[in-house]
Amino acid sequence: MPRQILITGANGGLGLAIAHAFLSDSIQSEVWLGVHRNREDATQLAASDPERVHLVDLDVTDPKSWTTAVNAIIESAGTLDVLVNNAGHHQDSLLATMSDEAWRGVLDTGLSGVFFGCRAVSRIMMSQHQGRIINISSLSALLAPAGQANYAAAKAGVLGLTQSFSKEVARAGVTVNSICPGYIDTAALADMNPDQRQAAKARIPMRRFGKPEEIAAAVVFLASPGAAYITGSTLKIDGGLF
Amino acid sequence: MDPLKQQIRELMVTELMLPMSPEEISDDAIIFSPQGLALDSVDALQLVVALEKKFGLKLPDADSARTILHSIDTIAEAIKSIEAGSSPS
Repeated sequence: MPRQILITGANGGLGLAIAHAFLSDSIQSEVWLGVHRNREDATQLAASDPERVHLVDLDVTDPKSWTTAVNAIIESAGTLDVLVNNAGHHQDSLLATMSDEAWRGVLDTGLSGVFFGCRAVSRIMMSQHQGRIINISSLSALLAPAGQANYAAAKAGVLGLTQSFSKEVARAGVTVNSICPGYIDTAALADMNPDQRQAAKARIPMRRFGKPEEIAAAVVFLASPGAAYITGSTLKIDGGLF
Repeated sequence: MDPLKQQIRELMVTELMLPMSPEEISDDAIIFSPQGLALDSVDALQLVVALEKKFGLKLPDADSARTILHSIDTIAEAIKSIEAGSSPS
């Protein structure tokens, strides 16, 4: 039976890299690309392999949207084996000048979205006696820079949620882990100018940004049989920065 | 031996990975009491999911869960009332 994998924020560079990694990992993997407003790239990927790649409408901030999306997957495929909570965005500003909207928006997507997702799949995975949840946090959760109080709080919250939830579902055969990527070369870094990019690279012991595929490979590993005993863990992938 | 109660006992041992045989669980042992089986809330959630999957027993709220998950006897009674077509609580 094919393995069903749901990836949120699947239109972004990291989400797409994760989808590609699962598709190349096994012919038995089918991916569901959770998309909301932006969907052009995900639509293109789905069109390239309609048997194994599916689009699903998903507003991660809306619990009802989660119920609809998860029910659609179960109805169509009969199972949901892996959830990758990858959706998130940042809206940086110094805390003293941060708007309510910037605080709430980043927390809604980055933290509440993960909570709603974990809750939506919890009973299904528990009753299947197997499931893998991989939450994409950030190095900002461990090493928060100025200007990211909202993002760092959301991503640190994801680490706490991961640890707590992992203990609740461990004996049901479900694992829950977090990944903390450092600087990864995706559109999320697009607002850095060349000088900022250079300065950031200078601080990284490996002297380069990570590639989306280098995060995706870890996601696939955490969803693999070899990672069965890993749960509640945080894996940082940052070229040695932290 | 009531076959339904035996099925519930077996389900509990398997699902909750209890370090005992099904026969060691008495019908009136209080599931969540330290003097009974001493299970915790994580076990309770797992049990709720398993009972729903195997017997279609739905526990809509904490109050009904507390009443029904009291012992093997009360769980069996709730399942029998679904089979008889009435509400378990």
